[in-house]
Amino acid sequence: MKKSLLMRALGAPWRFILRALWDIQSYTRLGARAVANVFTPPIYLRETILQMDRIGIGSLTIVVLTGFFTGAVMAIQSEGALRRYGAVGMTGQLVALTIIRELGPVLSALMLAGRIGAGIASELGSMVVSEQISAMRALGTDPTRRLVTPRVLAMVVMLPLLTVVCDSVGMLGGWLIASYKLLISSSQYWSDAMNAMAFSDVVGTLVKPVVFGLIIATTGCYIGLRTSGGTEGVGKSTTQAVVSSSILVIAADFFLNNILIYLAPLMNR
Amino acid sequence: MVGNRDCGEGDMGEPMIEFRGVHKSFGDEVILRDVSFRVDRGDAIVILGASGSGKSTILKLILGLIGPEEGEILVGGRDIAPLSERELVEVRRGIGMVFQEGALFDSLSVRENVGYRLFEEDAVDEAEIEKAVRRELGFVGLEDAIDKMPAQLSGGMKRRVGIARALIGSPPVVLYDEPTAGLDPVTKRTILELMIRLRDLEGVTSVFVTHDLHAASVMAGERAVADGGGGVRFLSGGDGAGAARNRFVMLQNGGICFEGDYPGLMRSTDPYVRKFVS
Repeated sequence: MKKSLLMRALGAPWRFILRALWDIQSYTRLGARAVANVFTPPIYLRETILQMDRIGIGSLTIVVLTGFFTGAVMAIQSEGALRRYGAVGMTGQLVALTIIRELGPVLSALMLAGRIGAGIASELGSMVVSEQISAMRALGTDPTRRLVTPRVLAMVVMLPLLTVVCDSVGMLGGWLIASYKLLISSSQYWSDAMNAMAFSDVVGTLVKPVVFGLIIATTGCYIGLRTSGGTEGVGKSTTQAVVSSSILVIAADFFLNNILIYLAPLMNR
Repeated sequence: MVGNRDCGEGDMGEPMIEFRGVHKSFGDEVILRDVSFRVDRGDAIVILGASGSGKSTILKLILGLIGPEEGEILVGGRDIAPLSERELVEVRRGIGMVFQEGALFDSLSVRENVGYRLFEEDAVDEAEIEKAVRRELGFVGLEDAIDKMPAQLSGGMKRRVGIARALIGSPPVVLYDEPTAGLDPVTKRTILELMIRLRDLEGVTSVFVTHDLHAASVMAGERAVADGGGGVRFLSGGDGAGAARNRFVMLQNGGICFEGDYPGLMRSTDPYVRKFVS
């Protein structure tokens, strides 16, 4: 009652802003509840492991392919840039820095935003429109606990692991090009790559995917659970989940980079 | 927690569900305005109305899935509107709900669907759940389907599994949301017979939401009697003779335009009711 009166009084642009604020509030609340549920029973262990399998093992192929080709492309691209300075030998360093600092975490997250974010939103969306969510509540289960928490937990655990796989395969792809096309010796490539890495880079490549995983899972769940309007609504939710989580991942990456650069001197001491 | 369906203290006539001046709207659209009615223990109430008249909303309000803007909703004598989600779980334990299309969980087998409530409570051991699941599936005549997935079932079978799921734990109240919509006549008859048996032989308090006048008239006109040999016979004794405890509420634009028994509904002079029944 109160809300609709306020909205009518303020007009269309304000209505949009209020709507957005309301969305942010309920999104935050859902995320907070999903995380808080991890620390109190009951925990749906079977569902969590099932989701880990789906997210982790299920996404292995796309993450490996993405990592491999990105690493290879970085090596090919570095040749042109480095030859000008007579520094082709430093290919290992360049591939390592771009892949491990940036492309590994971000590209894995974007691939999973497409694959898993869409999957979560469409699954939960269909459950809403076919009244399965209502049925679940009617039978005494909290859907946040049963559906959202396992997905968030699985995503937060699996995405860092997938990122490590992506990083490693990316380095391997770079090595293949470096040794067979650029004729750099393997020992030079690997030692160069190792030397370029600082402790803060390792921390970054593991912390970023934790945040990205949280974003992708909670966005997919939030948008899926507020689906309305039948099967058409499910399609809309799916698209929206992919778009929103991808943008949020890239935006979060910007802020995380700033924080990590600020903290790097402390970590590398 | 199991089997207390007919051991409630107090006699018939005690209100099980009561609406007092309930208002509900979604955004600017008013769904229910000043709706009041009551359902006594053991009664069956049929809520009739066109699509979009707020019938299903009433069921969601009884379960506490949504809250009213104004008014009180009493379930078992307790106002549920101010309760938290956690407190509502206790209320919902006493209510079985049959959803429109069954609303079975796609990812779970028929066994896990029917036994869902008991599996979730975690207090009952597997063998006992299995027995309860088989008993309810036997009641709806689908014991063979226990290992199937919902995708393998026909529309009518899904509704029957939905009924079995609502009945597990023997809740004293069962709500039906359009359980016969879109079914062939034979399957529809099967579902109605199940509902009549629950009303007459198990003493279940029921709320039946429908736009199907024929289904409503069958509910009002027939009575289930145990024939002594473990079987059930259905007697039809003319208008409403079968079920004195069967009452009708008709909704129009979110308000109640008729309340009474079946003969009363047929005789009503309200123009909207006339249009609906003729």
